[in-house]
Amino acid sequence: MEYFIQQLVNGITLGSIYGLIAIGYTMVYGIIGMINFAHGDIFMIGAFVALISFIIFGLTGVALPIILLLVLLIAMLFTACYGWTVEKLAYKPLRGSFRLAPLISALGMSIVLQNYVQVSQGARVKPMQPLFSGGLEFFKNSEFIVTVSYLQIFIVVLTIILMGIFTYLITKTDLGRAQRACEQDRTMTALLGINVDRTISITFIIGSSLASVAGMMFVLYYGVIDFYIGFLAGIKAFTAAVLGGIGSLPGAMLGGLLIGLIETFWAGYVSLEYKDVAAFSVLIVVLIFFPTGFLGKPDIEKV
Amino acid sequence: MQKQDIIKSFKDSLFTGLIALALFGPIVGLRTASKGEGLFITPQWGVVFLLVGLCILGRFLININSARRTEFKIFSTLSSKFSSITEDKAKHFAITGILFAVVFPFLPFTDRYFMDVAIMILTYIMLGWGLNIVVGLAGLLDLGYVAFYAVGAYSYALIATTFGWSFWICLPLAGLFAAFFGILLGFPVLRLRGDYLAIVTLGFGEIIRIILINWYEVTNGPDGITGIPRPSFFGLPFKRSPDEGEMSFHTFFGLEYSTMHRIIFLYYLILVLALITNYFTLKIRKLPVGRAWEALREDEIACKSLGVNPTNTKLTAFAIGAMFGGFAGSFFATRQAFISPESFTFIESAIIVAIVVLGGMGSQTGVVLASIFLIGITEIFRDLEQYRMIAFGGAMVLIMVFKPKGILANRKPTILMHGDKK
Repeated sequence: MEYFIQQLVNGITLGSIYGLIAIGYTMVYGIIGMINFAHGDIFMIGAFVALISFIIFGLTGVALPIILLLVLLIAMLFTACYGWTVEKLAYKPLRGSFRLAPLISALGMSIVLQNYVQVSQGARVKPMQPLFSGGLEFFKNSEFIVTVSYLQIFIVVLTIILMGIFTYLITKTDLGRAQRACEQDRTMTALLGINVDRTISITFIIGSSLASVAGMMFVLYYGVIDFYIGFLAGIKAFTAAVLGGIGSLPGAMLGGLLIGLIETFWAGYVSLEYKDVAAFSVLIVVLIFFPTGFLGKPDIEKV
Repeated sequence: MQKQDIIKSFKDSLFTGLIALALFGPIVGLRTASKGEGLFITPQWGVVFLLVGLCILGRFLININSARRTEFKIFSTLSSKFSSITEDKAKHFAITGILFAVVFPFLPFTDRYFMDVAIMILTYIMLGWGLNIVVGLAGLLDLGYVAFYAVGAYSYALIATTFGWSFWICLPLAGLFAAFFGILLGFPVLRLRGDYLAIVTLGFGEIIRIILINWYEVTNGPDGITGIPRPSFFGLPFKRSPDEGEMSFHTFFGLEYSTMHRIIFLYYLILVLALITNYFTLKIRKLPVGRAWEALREDEIACKSLGVNPTNTKLTAFAIGAMFGGFAGSFFATRQAFISPESFTFIESAIIVAIVVLGGMGSQTGVVLASIFLIGITEIFRDLEQYRMIAFGGAMVLIMVFKPKGILANRKPTILMHGDKK
């Protein structure tokens, strides 16, 4: 029982990270109908920016909460620049082209980003000293003590706060309204005087910022990163987006949580080596049995 | 050009520079390096300023150019030249290409290195042609093609090392195994639409790789399989000193022993395999099943209403594509004599897909051009090991942006009802 609760806590933490990345996939898919294959690498860049800023601020000796806030903002800002540029260079010229073109272009962009970071930051894994220590302990009397570290609490709370802000942005502001309108009908939205290009750019900026937060959490949680983390995390987050119903924002978060839980429980109870197989198998099973995911809208093919 | 224009494009370039600074500043400018315990930052601002400067200059030149409305002349003429290669010109091209490929090993400048590169390019051409059946003809984006390549290589390696059967028996078996895996995967997933299918096949490719890494008892895990038998020339091995009572290739033909013999043999082997793939594709395109693939690619709903069974049709494409992947895999295994899961990463799938799409989906000649171009790029950048994949990815993006239909777009149906309407 204690072991189960511990896995649950770990799974929710991991799920929060996947959920934040998944939002980027689902938003882009919703608005321009493409799988932004480079999104996992944007997450990786976010992790690197966060790592670099942690090192810099670690030398200044500022208090931890201020460091966290600063790193958060810096990572979001710089990673958003990457998201924006990638969209401008690789996707925008292909709008209205045939269906596979943007996917191939995204694949190329993903290769470029990975190798660019490998060249500029080196191929070795980058370790970071833990900033957080300690946590809350439960079930002290039993054999297995359940630990909820402060870091896990931080990750989950931050995710909830960001989700709150994000939901407000999408449901209540003009920007969000324009964004949802573009999802439904881009031509009509343009006729109504909405700058569609700008809205799409902003979508990429928001998605990349959220991915960078996930990157920062990843650095803190695992303590090591390399240039390759984006690939697996990206695939899993995409699985999460599909599981929750691609195009649906609460679905992405829900899917992220589910994938995090499935992966943790699989690693905890079945086998550690095959934990990535679990995620991929879930993806295949979900796509076969509920192609629209849990909260997605059914996709009707029209002639 | 007016003064305002210059000022405007200058401002625009400065903005580009600002963005470039934000992009390159942290990632390139602040390199993390481990020293003792923990990480330290080594600044390298020189490179950042160089990159930012290049971005500003590049943007400024593009702006001035577009203001003058002179496009990239070189590029457009080049691309129109390529597009003008029509079917019958492509035929001449193909014949010259094949002739060149046949005499290539005996050309004066051909050395070991050229042969190795040529074998590699031909392997990719074969993989590209195999995948072209799936992506180009049937229009199914398969991002896990390397899985079938891996299945072919591993089944060849396992059969050959366990039973000691010859290459010519193992090759078809490996192809069959790969085709079987194609059906196994295809059956549940082929109902999915374009990009979903892409991601599922990608996942399948990764599953195969993870299994290869972890299934120690059979695949020997990350250490791979060593000592895979080399192919023999119709029973004559390529050995310097043949066993007692056995002839080897050079003694049989009374030649001086040379390691090149085997390489030249491998070269012709892959050339023949690739040409078989090509011939098969060209023929099957004209059969009902080939036409059904092309029809499905264009409009699935129309096909359904005309009584074409989409799942079965796609499944045949998938299985046949997988089979050729398996053949190429066996060739790879026998050439390397060593295989490990390292050789079957996602990036291989990406390269093969890139070859097919950049070549122009469905175009057999395009696959050849794209293989030579892409593998050539990575070879030219070989000394700059780290930069070659950047160049590769960059080429993918650029070709998609400037020529989204690929170098040679060929979406024309192979057979028209009332002849070719021009």
